[in-house]
Amino acid sequence: MAPLLQSSQPWVEKYRPKQVKDVAHQDEVVRVLTNTIETANCPHMLFYGPPGTGKTTTALAIAHQLYGPELYKSRVLELNASDDRGINVVRTKIKDFAAVAVGSGQRQGAYPCPPYKIIILDEADSMTEDAQNALRRTMETYSKVTRFFFICNYISRIIEPLASRCAKFRFKPLSEEIMSSRILHICNEEGLTLDAEALSTLSSISQGDLRRAITYLQGAARLFGSSISSKDLISVSGAIPLEVTEALYAACKSGDFDLANKEVNNVIAEGYPVSQMLAQLFEVVVEADDILDEQKARICKSLASADKCLIDGADEYLQLLDVSSNTMRALCNMPQEFSYDS
Amino acid sequence: MLWVDKYRPKTLDQVIVHQDIAQNLKKLVPPPIYSFLLLSAFAFLWALWFWQKTLIMALLRQIFGTSAEKVKVENRTWKIDAGSRTIDLELTTLSSTNHVELSPSDVGFQDRYIVQEIIKEMAKNRLIDTKGRKGYKVLVLNEVDKLSREAQHSLRRTMEKYSTSCRLILCCNSSSKVTEAIRSRCLNVRINAPKEEQIVKVLEFIGKKEGLQLPPGFAARVADKSNRSLRRAILSLETCRVQQYPFTSNQAIPPMDWEEYVSEISADIMREQSPKRLFQVRGKLYELLINCIPPEIVLKRLLSELLKKLDEELKHEVCHWAAYYEHRMRLGQKAIFHLEAFVAKFMSIYKGFLIATFG
Repeated sequence: MAPLLQSSQPWVEKYRPKQVKDVAHQDEVVRVLTNTIETANCPHMLFYGPPGTGKTTTALAIAHQLYGPELYKSRVLELNASDDRGINVVRTKIKDFAAVAVGSGQRQGAYPCPPYKIIILDEADSMTEDAQNALRRTMETYSKVTRFFFICNYISRIIEPLASRCAKFRFKPLSEEIMSSRILHICNEEGLTLDAEALSTLSSISQGDLRRAITYLQGAARLFGSSISSKDLISVSGAIPLEVTEALYAACKSGDFDLANKEVNNVIAEGYPVSQMLAQLFEVVVEADDILDEQKARICKSLASADKCLIDGADEYLQLLDVSSNTMRALCNMPQEFSYDS
Repeated sequence: MLWVDKYRPKTLDQVIVHQDIAQNLKKLVPPPIYSFLLLSAFAFLWALWFWQKTLIMALLRQIFGTSAEKVKVENRTWKIDAGSRTIDLELTTLSSTNHVELSPSDVGFQDRYIVQEIIKEMAKNRLIDTKGRKGYKVLVLNEVDKLSREAQHSLRRTMEKYSTSCRLILCCNSSSKVTEAIRSRCLNVRINAPKEEQIVKVLEFIGKKEGLQLPPGFAARVADKSNRSLRRAILSLETCRVQQYPFTSNQAIPPMDWEEYVSEISADIMREQSPKRLFQVRGKLYELLINCIPPEIVLKRLLSELLKKLDEELKHEVCHWAAYYEHRMRLGQKAIFHLEAFVAKFMSIYKGFLIATFG
C-alpha cells in the first residue's frame, strides 16, 4: 500500500496509543498489563467499560507488544461484530484457530513472543448466548495454546460461565483533566487553538468518551478552520442548544397544551434527535429547584417509558408530546389519572 | 418536467435554503491537488425531507465533478454463504464510477448480511484513476435508522477499518435510532426543515424564473399550508398554477386528498360514538391503508385533527393514548388493529366526557 497522506487519517486512528503504558487514565489496568508483558504470562481477559475509554486500543497494543509486527498476523485472530460470529463460526473458525499448536517461546528481539495465540473478540456483548455457550469448553480445552480477550460495553451481557473464566478489567470513563490534556496534546500537534470554554464544552458533551471528543474536534476543525469556539463544537456534536430545551420546559410550565404542542412540532421540524432531547430535559428537571420531589419523580417516570418506546421504534413526535403532556400535568398539579378512562 | 426537479440545485453554490450547511460541506471537499484520501470520516445524520438527497448529490458533484451525475440503476443479487445455507439477497443500487448508493434496510431482517458482506466487499475494492493514483469511493447508505441493531454493530468496525479507501455517508430521519457507537464515529450534520420565510424565498425565486405574477401574501399562504416541507410547497404551487392563472390572492390551495379524508374521519367520530360508526370508520381506515398512506402518519394526522376540536382536559388523555397505540403498532404486525383500537378508545373517552358534562 502506498504511504498514506498523514492528513487523510482520522485522528482517532492517528493518535491511538501504540503501547499499553500510553493508555490514559486506566492506571490499575495498565499496571497489571505491563507486568503481564514483562513476564509474558497472561490469563484470559475481559475488558469492559463505556465506549471510548481505550478497551480495543489496549487489547491491540498488548498483542502488538507481545508478538511484534512479524508474528502478529499468525498469532492473533481479531474478530468483531463486522464478522459473522454465529455459532457456526465459533464451532469452526475459532476452534480451528485455537487448536493449532505454536512453537515454544523464542524471544525475538524486543518482543517476548510467548508460546500461545491470542483471540480478540471485540464487541463481545453482541454475540448470541448460544455462541457464548459454545465457547466455554473451547476456552478450557485449548487454554495451553490460546488466550481469549473479550471486549464489551456491558458485562451483564456476557454469560456468567465465560466471565468467571476471565480476569476482569473495568475501564473507567475519562476524567475531565485527563481528557483536556489529551485534547490539548492533539491541538498542539495539529496546530489548533482552543479556548478554555471550548475545552470544557468538549469535555462535557463527550461525557468521558475520548473517541467522541476527538471525532468532534476533527469535524469542527474541518468545518471551521483552526480556531474553534464552543458553539462550533455544539453544532458538530448534534447536542441541542440549551434555549430549545428551556423553551419546551417553559411551555410545559405554562400549562397551555397548544403552546407545548407547537414547541414539540418545532423540535421535530428542526430535526433534533428526541432521545437527546429527553436526556437534556431530564437534566433540566433534575436540576430545577422550584419543584417538588414528587413532581420530579412523575416526570422522570414518563421520560423513562418514552425512552423505552423510542428504542422500540415508536414515533418521535407522539412520544415527545406524551412526555410534555405528562410534564405539564406534573408541573401544574393537574390530576395524573385520566378521569374518563373506563 | 416538474418544477421540483427543474429547480433542484445541482451544485452546492445554488442551494438557497441551507446556505450555511452547504458552505460547510464545501469545506469538506479537498482542493483538487489532494483529490485523494483527504476527507475525514464523515456522515450525515439529519432530518430528511427530499433535501437530503439534493445536498448529497450536490456534494458528490463537488467532490468528483460531473462524473457523479452519470448514474445507473442496477438490480443486483448476491449469494451469501452463511454456514450451512446460502442466502439470496436482491437489492437495488444506484451507482456511478465513484459512488454507490443503497438502502440496506430494504432486505428486512437480513440487513446484517448486506453490511457484513457487501459493504465490506465494496469498501475493499479500491479505485485507481487514470494517473494511477488511488482514489476513494463514497458509499451512501439510506435509512440507517431502520437498520437492525446487529447491522449497526457490524458497521462500527467496518467504518474504521476501511476509512482510507472508502467514505460513508449515512442518511436517516432521526438520529435517535442510530446507536451511540456509530454517532460518535461520524460528523453529524443536522438539516432542519426549512423555515416558512425560506420557503417563501424559494417560491418567489421560482416564480421569477417562470415569469409568474405572485400576488402578495400568496406565497406565504402556500408556505403555511406546506407543513415546512419544501417539496410540497413547490408541488402545490405548481398545482395552483395549473388550476388557475393568473393567481388571485384569495385562491384556494388544494389540500392533499388523504388529509381531507382523515379530517372527515375525525369529524365522523366526534359526531357519533357507537359500534356502528366504528365499523364505518374501519372501512375508511382500510381505504387509507390500501392507498399506501403509512399508518403512523394516519394516526398522527388524526390526532392533530382531534386536538383542534377537543377541550383542554381531554387533550392530555388523547395524546397519551395516541402515543400508546402508536408504540403498540410498531411492536405488532397489523396496523389496522391499533388504529381501530385508538379510535375505539377515543370514542369511549369522549362519550364518558360527554356524559359527565351534559348528563
